[in-house]
Amino acid sequence: MKDTDRFEFLLRFGDSALVLAQRLSEWVGKGPIVEEDIALTNVGLDLVGQARMWLSCAGEVEGRGRDEDALAFRRDAHEFRNALLVEQPNGGYADTMARQFLFDHWHLLALKAMEGSRDERVAAIAAKSAKEVAYHVERSTDWVIRLGDGTDVSHERMQDAIDGLWMFAGELLLPDAVDDAAARAGIGPDLAALASPWREAVGAALAEATIAVPADDWAQRGGRQGRHTEHLGHLLAELQFLQRAYPGAQW
Amino acid sequence: MYAQLVDTGLKKVVDPAEMTPEERAFQARVDADVKVEPKDWMPDAYRRTLVRQIQQHAHSEIVGMLPEGNWVTRAPTLKRKAILMAKIQDEGGHGLYLYSAAETLGVSRDDLIDDLHAGKVKYSSIFNYPTLNWADIGAIGWLVDGAAIMNQIPLCRCSYGPYARAMVRICKEESFHQRQGFDIMLSMCRGTPEQKAMAQDSLDRWWWPSLMMFGPPDAESVHSAQSMRWKIKLLSNDELRQRFVDQTVPQAEFLGLTVPDPALRWNEERGHHDIGPIDWSEFQDVLRGHGPCNRDRLRTRKQAWEDGEWVREAAMAHARKRAERAARAAA
Repeated sequence: MKDTDRFEFLLRFGDSALVLAQRLSEWVGKGPIVEEDIALTNVGLDLVGQARMWLSCAGEVEGRGRDEDALAFRRDAHEFRNALLVEQPNGGYADTMARQFLFDHWHLLALKAMEGSRDERVAAIAAKSAKEVAYHVERSTDWVIRLGDGTDVSHERMQDAIDGLWMFAGELLLPDAVDDAAARAGIGPDLAALASPWREAVGAALAEATIAVPADDWAQRGGRQGRHTEHLGHLLAELQFLQRAYPGAQW
Repeated sequence: MYAQLVDTGLKKVVDPAEMTPEERAFQARVDADVKVEPKDWMPDAYRRTLVRQIQQHAHSEIVGMLPEGNWVTRAPTLKRKAILMAKIQDEGGHGLYLYSAAETLGVSRDDLIDDLHAGKVKYSSIFNYPTLNWADIGAIGWLVDGAAIMNQIPLCRCSYGPYARAMVRICKEESFHQRQGFDIMLSMCRGTPEQKAMAQDSLDRWWWPSLMMFGPPDAESVHSAQSMRWKIKLLSNDELRQRFVDQTVPQAEFLGLTVPDPALRWNEERGHHDIGPIDWSEFQDVLRGHGPCNRDRLRTRKQAWEDGEWVREAAMAHARKRAERAARAAA
């Protein structure tokens, strides 16, 4: 696998973790109950930690002296490789949990597949992250079920959330040349092979939640290739403010 | 402090001669440093005062997440972001232990939260000040958490068991928070001129409000005297404030920052720093709701609670459904 492809491949995991963590940190102090505030921050904290590992690794592979912060704070939107799903705004609690749920299930499958990566560092990061993400899956799945099979209001909100986000979930399972190269090299997961277990796990949870699986499977693509929704630029403007306003400062 | 001007509901300190036998026995146990536990008999005024004190403290932890949340999305490095998220998470945890400690006194968390939202109880005045630059996150750790620790370390020995035990754990985490705050200040002060200016601006704005956290001089206060008798307050406001000043001034000097008090000087005779007069009218204004952020902080908390109502209801409804299904399956 070429180093440029390997760099791209690492950014995809690092950027998705970073962008989702940023979204979760927007919830600080505003959760529906203190326990949830703590839990959301905890998940966000795990993802920041994972982003740091992936981005540090990416910076080393790239070999241009960029560290985790240079990559996180000094790239523009088109250079980000996160999935479109994770940059979608928080919305209400159902939207945040549905986004988390769709991502977490994919994230765990991808990380598990990478535990046996031929790249030892990738394998180590994946193994550490998978332990954390297993808990994320449990939590977001519980919430999808609770809200789906809760009150009429919560059911409607969860159904709307799943309907609205479904088109962004598809790209997680659609490999491109970089994914194929990573899979062939035994470094990354075979994304297409994750589709069936993902559908099974997500489908089972949605059934328990009494939420209908959206009929339209059309997938909006582009995030992992650097073509984003309008939301990412605003997210980065906030995330990167200090590093952009005071270049060269140490914090 | 995180709990300020806690009212005991009493007009004078209870005279031992007027105590009932139960009250005398209670006071004797407190005097002997025996911890009061939830099921023990306690005077109503002791119970009420503790509920007020603990809930003010709990609300302060929860409201205190907001000024830091204002910068968590703009933390300048991933390491700083991770540390700040961990710190905010700790604060939520402190709120939970404290609500639990209050609940051992026979109140419910939901009622306490309703009281906060109705403006019936306060949280610390300090959280009504804004965080305007990144150094404020350092200053909150260094000064605000530093001031909180001054008060909370003695409270680890307070007479009420659940509160004292919650404090032990909280203090451990707070001392980490204070160190990370100082570390932010240190980086800023060793940084560019703009960063140093942010640090100075931050100290200028947070110094006096931090000193006000300890509350007005209370040597004459009936409430403080009674709370000290009950050992739910262990040192006077001025003693705690003096300790804080003596600890913090050399740290400011180390950072190369100027404490915004022209009257500040070392008093060789007393072995303490003298400070200039504190503007207590500002403190009273903030308590009356006229601080820079009172309105925003309370609105944000109320909004979060109202926005979350359907979520809490759904969780309860789902739990009921599960219980019903389990009961049907067992039948």
